[in-house]
Amino acid sequence: MFKKILIANRGEIACRVIKTARKMGIQTVAIYSDADESALHVKMADEAVHIGPPPANQSYIVIEKVMQAIKDTGAEAVHPGYGFLSENPKFAEALDAAGVAFIGPPKGAIEAMGDKITSKKIAQDAAVSTVPGYMGLIEDADEAVKISNQIGYPVMIKASAGGGGKGMRIAWNDDEAREGFQSSKNEAANSFGDDRIFIEKFVTQPRHIEIQVLCDSHGNGVYLNERECSIQRRNQKVIEEAPSPFLDEATRKAMGEQSLALAQAVGYASAGTVEFIVDGDKNFYFLEMNTRLQVEHPVTELITGIDLVEQMIRVAHGEKLTLTQDDISINGWAMESRLYAEDPYRGFLPSIGRLTRYRPPAELAEDTRAVRNDTGVFEGGEISMYYDPMIAKLCTWAPTRAAAIEEMRVALDRFEVEGIGHNIPFLSAVYDHPKFISGDMTTAFIEEEYPDGFAGITPDETTSRRIAAAVAAMHRVAEIRRSRISGRLGNHTRKVGEDWIVGVGDHRFEIGIAADADGATVQFADGAAMRVASEWVPGQTLAELDIDDAPLVLKVSPASNGYHVRHRGAELSVSVLTPRAAELAALMPVKVPPDTSKMLLCPMPGLIVKLNVEEGDEVQDGQALCTVEAMKMENILRAEKKCVVKSIKVAAGDSLAVDEVIMEFE
Amino acid sequence: MSGIMAELEKRRAAARMGGGEKRVAAQHAKGKLTARERIELLLDEGSFEEFDMFVKHRTTDFGMEAQRPEGDGVVTGWGTINGRRVYVFSQDFTVFGGSLSETHAQKICKVMDMAMQNGAPVIGLNDSGGARIQEGVASLAGYAEVFQRNILASGVVPQISVIMGPCAGGAVYSPAITDFIFMVKDSSYMFVTGPDVVKTVTNEVVTAEELGGASTHTKKSSVADGAFENDVETLAEVRRLVDFLPLNNRDKAPVRPFFDEASRADHSLDTLVPKNPNQPYDMKELILKVADEGDFYELQEDFAANIITGFIRVEGQTVGVVANQPMVLAGVLDIDSSRKAARFVRFCDAFEIPILTFVDVPGFLPGTSQEYGGVIKHGAKLLFAYGEATVPKVTVITRKAYGGAYDVMASKHLRGDFNYAWPTAQIAVMGAKGAVEILYRSELDDPEKIAARTEEYETNFANPFRAAERGFIDEVILPHSTRKRVARAFASLRTKNQTNPWKKHDNIPL
Repeated sequence: MFKKILIANRGEIACRVIKTARKMGIQTVAIYSDADESALHVKMADEAVHIGPPPANQSYIVIEKVMQAIKDTGAEAVHPGYGFLSENPKFAEALDAAGVAFIGPPKGAIEAMGDKITSKKIAQDAAVSTVPGYMGLIEDADEAVKISNQIGYPVMIKASAGGGGKGMRIAWNDDEAREGFQSSKNEAANSFGDDRIFIEKFVTQPRHIEIQVLCDSHGNGVYLNERECSIQRRNQKVIEEAPSPFLDEATRKAMGEQSLALAQAVGYASAGTVEFIVDGDKNFYFLEMNTRLQVEHPVTELITGIDLVEQMIRVAHGEKLTLTQDDISINGWAMESRLYAEDPYRGFLPSIGRLTRYRPPAELAEDTRAVRNDTGVFEGGEISMYYDPMIAKLCTWAPTRAAAIEEMRVALDRFEVEGIGHNIPFLSAVYDHPKFISGDMTTAFIEEEYPDGFAGITPDETTSRRIAAAVAAMHRVAEIRRSRISGRLGNHTRKVGEDWIVGVGDHRFEIGIAADADGATVQFADGAAMRVASEWVPGQTLAELDIDDAPLVLKVSPASNGYHVRHRGAELSVSVLTPRAAELAALMPVKVPPDTSKMLLCPMPGLIVKLNVEEGDEVQDGQALCTVEAMKMENILRAEKKCVVKSIKVAAGDSLAVDEVIMEFE
Repeated sequence: MSGIMAELEKRRAAARMGGGEKRVAAQHAKGKLTARERIELLLDEGSFEEFDMFVKHRTTDFGMEAQRPEGDGVVTGWGTINGRRVYVFSQDFTVFGGSLSETHAQKICKVMDMAMQNGAPVIGLNDSGGARIQEGVASLAGYAEVFQRNILASGVVPQISVIMGPCAGGAVYSPAITDFIFMVKDSSYMFVTGPDVVKTVTNEVVTAEELGGASTHTKKSSVADGAFENDVETLAEVRRLVDFLPLNNRDKAPVRPFFDEASRADHSLDTLVPKNPNQPYDMKELILKVADEGDFYELQEDFAANIITGFIRVEGQTVGVVANQPMVLAGVLDIDSSRKAARFVRFCDAFEIPILTFVDVPGFLPGTSQEYGGVIKHGAKLLFAYGEATVPKVTVITRKAYGGAYDVMASKHLRGDFNYAWPTAQIAVMGAKGAVEILYRSELDDPEKIAARTEEYETNFANPFRAAERGFIDEVILPHSTRKRVARAFASLRTKNQTNPWKKHDNIPL
């Protein structure tokens, strides 16, 4: 076995690889840029080599620098993780030339699968089901229309070099095909410098389902079932699971066998993923093959019990697979949530900064449940602007899908992240969405269910009651503590009351608490009662309670007369008042937040680089108003409607916080 | 007998009605509670004992003899906040607009005298149109009687003023003398002269809100220590503050049960100070992570934010915190921040509250506006306040401690009891760049030499060890152990006994 490997990556995936390497007794070398000097992967590795400034194109993806690090440390093999150099044939070639093993597939396989048109041809030749379409290069718009008719509408017009939605058009008729062809071609030429276009059938009710394959260099291979990755936002996966709630055994087998056939057709030897698009009738079509370890590989590991990184290392070392297809089964269900440093309430804008608090839920591996958190960050660490905003992958496993989802809900409630924006409320909301629960989703799920973005959810009456009972009981504990301060007037100490009025969002509950040795009975005005038991004490930011013997986990922070509470997809202000105080509080005016519709607010923390208008200017809809630099990106803020600039509150060079007023309109 | 009792109940009911249903409704319509409702929220349920419910004014001018409501526009008495005694007066806007008459003032004076005699805080809930004009100089005399008591009570019992409606003219000077002023947003204002007089005298057009609203006094004038959304929230926050304060100057700061290990290590603090010395970080994170349960009661949050002041608890006991804030103006000391912190330090010293100081200060702010404004004397206030304070003083230097500002920020030389520094501390006369430019002026056009000099200076001075060699720093501590070290330091100082030379009073550069 290798004595020492270098991990040519950073973040959670580098940490993930180091864990397995350590388990196998292999020494590890991390590489890091200036921005990652105190990153977790650097701390975890046995050795670490500095490879340059923060931008990846000056550090992590500079082949010469990585090669130098390998040379300096004497690493015998390199794991590339995902992204960065993981699918770069030149890197594989350089390693080959240096006699260093690449923990990934052979260069030829990377190249073959790297081009969409080539890979599709190979797939067809290997009798893999592909989306009906025209593979040749399309000369002009007329030809595009002719081909579209042959395939049958709707069709997808795509740039060969495309990705991330760029150079992609859907056409439902001849006119749209003509227009789509032209715009795709232009966009492709501008974006990729490659204007080759192809046309294929547009699949309706599409689901993204992928097959994990594992092959050795001796011609053996297995498929490790599928992963469903339909929950995506702008082509970025958010939630993945294995197995898919949609596939039947026959389809799974067909997809698996075809995937293996494809892998073997290109001489694949490592872990790889064959992505399919599956329509509502379980027709599946090959999309592409990812010749690397996928972000979402843990769900496969959780249902198969196979450590994919270990297998990759063994294969790279030339070992034969000891697994046969018969060894691969599906044990239970696994879910993965990608935690992103982004603000779900502001159109998922990336959020950077210091992680002032980062407490993931405890990892578990029990017979009936498991929690796994792959992370690359730590409390006190910095989320920088330079890299992927994913901070952790939280996975849960249980015997059934429903149980795995429930584990995930609780694990997300237990996850504490402060200092930066994060998508935990959004993830939680998806796990409570009836469509997701039923397993009936397509890749358009987020777009369709959250068309106007995410504004948090409002808990239903039952959940609100449980929260009310919990917070009332907690408030009572906190008040009793307050009444035990020193300096009290003897014999005239404050008696904390038993009746409370609790406001949870728009719900208002009259509550009576009767405490006893084991907890408290919370009585509601309508006669309903709940048992609340908890070890919570003031100051704890995570409250774990049992309400009628069912767990309730709340992330809490104290506020005047109550608490701020995060639970599932909701962020709530919960007030707890005595009946008299509630009566008086009802007299308080409802303050309307200032009207911001006539203001331009800074959408993110940043620097004003340029103001394009002056006070008194009339601006048109869409006209550039100013440029804000944030995270090294220049963002042009534009007028949403025709109006006149009344006043400008900032000057070029000013640093603004989020929501600071830049200018006001008349 | 029952007739007499019924008569008492009748009179009480009348007194409790204040200015009557209509005026109470008008008060509510303005989003304000009545004087008695406010007391209910401020004090523990059922703990209020009223004085002088039946006091009436004795004026006969302007037909006043026809209107003599019970209580005369102010409700006074005592009660408890979490079982601890406080004295309260609450002006009743529904009676003569809460205007201050001779008897109204007498009622306030009575509770203040009581508070002084028994050693308990005074909380004033202000909602008054001002002097009762019909009473002339008697009303003015009433104000002065209150002022005199405020002055004598200063430093003896904590005095808290809550502005919950108008507070104008001479009336402002009673709150001004007290220790803390809180305001209710949108429904309170205070000024010496109102918008009408301002217009007549200076031709300036300004609204009452702009002139003296909560925003003005928390952000611009620094008259107020905090402002809250409404009466209910404001009174809850006053209760929260009282829990931090001793009852009087002979009392120790209160202690309450706490649920936070004194030895709790916080490893995230090891990465709080960024590598780049010019990059800011949020000092509040350190305060929150050192405090029991992350509970911090900040004062004057919106004014001179380059310095942070407020209360935390360590092992259940109140500690006053002063900290430079690198996020704002690099944490520099200037006129405003010096004044803000000096007053806070003096409050803590007067009431035996230990002081914890976190230092990251690049110096004093240069410039004509500062010098013309008298930064010399204002800066000296903070120096003076720290130097005269005899309460336990623990100081932690996290990063910069440059020049005179190093001396000022509770240094060893100002009788700091425990002066700690993080390994990232740089204690020097100034930063490397500035120092090299002065010391090696002749080499300035040789960038190589200057770079070498700068590096030499950084190696020699940009650390805590030069100061530690001389004992000016007692110990260089690891950031993650700050809470533990601070808690142990204060624990060891619980019996501290230090006195200043006898004097009538000092002569702080006001």
